[in-house]
Amino acid sequence: MVADPAVAAAVADAHRREWAFVLAATVRVTRDLDLAEECVQDAYARALTAWADGGIPNRPGAWLTTTARRRALDLQRRAATQERKLPLLVSDSRGAPPSREPEAHAVEDDRLRLIFTCCHPALSIEAQVALTLRLLCGLTTAEVASAFLVSEPTMAARITRAKHKIANARIPYRVPPAAELPSRVGAVVSVVHLLYTTGHTAPAGANLVRRDLVERALDISRMLRALLPENPDVAGLLALILLNDARRATRVDDEGELLLLADQDRSRWDRDAIAEGIALVQEALTRRPPSRYALMAAIAAVHAEAPTWDDTDWVEVVALYDVLLSLWPSPVVALNRAVAVGFADGPGVGLAALDALVDEPQLAGYPYLAAARADFLQRLDRRAEARDAYATALDLTQNSRERAFLLRRLDELV
Amino acid sequence: MAKYLVLIYHDEAQWVEPSPEVEAGFQGHMAFNAANGPKILGGEALQPTTTATSIRRDDDGSHMVTDGPFVETKEAVGGYYLLEAEDLDEAIALAKQVPAPWGGVEVRPVRVFG
Repeated sequence: MVADPAVAAAVADAHRREWAFVLAATVRVTRDLDLAEECVQDAYARALTAWADGGIPNRPGAWLTTTARRRALDLQRRAATQERKLPLLVSDSRGAPPSREPEAHAVEDDRLRLIFTCCHPALSIEAQVALTLRLLCGLTTAEVASAFLVSEPTMAARITRAKHKIANARIPYRVPPAAELPSRVGAVVSVVHLLYTTGHTAPAGANLVRRDLVERALDISRMLRALLPENPDVAGLLALILLNDARRATRVDDEGELLLLADQDRSRWDRDAIAEGIALVQEALTRRPPSRYALMAAIAAVHAEAPTWDDTDWVEVVALYDVLLSLWPSPVVALNRAVAVGFADGPGVGLAALDALVDEPQLAGYPYLAAARADFLQRLDRRAEARDAYATALDLTQNSRERAFLLRRLDELV
Repeated sequence: MAKYLVLIYHDEAQWVEPSPEVEAGFQGHMAFNAANGPKILGGEALQPTTTATSIRRDDDGSHMVTDGPFVETKEAVGGYYLLEAEDLDEAIALAKQVPAPWGGVEVRPVRVFG
């Protein structure tokens, strides 16, 4: 049978938009992640034929949830006497009869339950990221493995181990109490941010950007924003992703080679994304102390608002980095601040700020320190030292687009 | 409800001599017990690893008895609590209250057979 293209597109769209909604609502009935995943996959498969015969439902998410829940209850009834592999998840809704029609309000809570379970601090950060992609975005294990450049069996083992811990250590399927919420949301936001940065500049490989990961990070950030509209970290994260991603069309040239901010065609930046991002930054920065994501987004906003590279308000950028560094001291933030200082006060001052960081153990394997030193040395016409610094940066860089960029800069000095 | 074992790891050299910190540690355990009585199923402090004896079974079925802890580490298990908690979040919240001034604690769910 050839699938109807309109139905196939509707199912794919529902997969992208509703997976977390459907899975989260099904997990609350099954209290078993594996069974719920199996039933949700089955519901999507059934949708292909059911929607071709009966038409695409008005609320695809509700149709899929009802179908998945019915299948789960059916399987659980049949398997009632069999040995269970893992204990049931601990949930605060135990004993409450599952409603027949998933109501909007309850389902929103369910998605939050799923998010907080995936991003529980008792799981390793690698496991949190893998579960988020697998359970919240509905990626297959093979897709998650390829996103993080590990083998499929390795990723499968990582996901199985995490699910095993959730069930056996009784990590609850629940929204944390208000007192714990800020720190738990912080953990969720850092997982999504890691997902985004991994996609924004892929650590290795042929492409600079892993578009799929960036899209997923943006989707989850929008979901979080809808679910936690009051949270400044969430607003800051969404703003940061929107403002950086607004430059997606110009970060590489037609050959896929890296283009610096200074050389990008600003007329091709996504003005809608920039406007949305700036509004979110302004909202998030009214909170005290400011969220670190909001501050990073504010720095991106300064760049987004400058009509040309030469118009960049570097004094404002340095001032924002000063606040960021005072609240969240980190060698990487200090490095970015030093670069901004170089543009605000001249390459000599910037180089001195960078040189103060060369003994930072956290920056030992970090190619951007050497690359930034090389750039300032080149501007100061200290060519031999600039060549050495580019060579150091090359030794530390595995992304082939970034390597090509550094090689071009090195060639200019030979 | 589930059971969790909280293993208290510390640098036991710190506990040898009486000191204000050691006294504060005892007070802390008494306060923890007073505050969480019904949740605490058991718990003891252990003599230092200098008193430990390890027994390994050899391939031929005989036992080799040696002086010292099973694994030599700077931070050794110095005591434990057996707790009852609804889920890991509750167990972590309780474990955070366990005094461990020269180390930390490890929370392990108790395995249920059957």
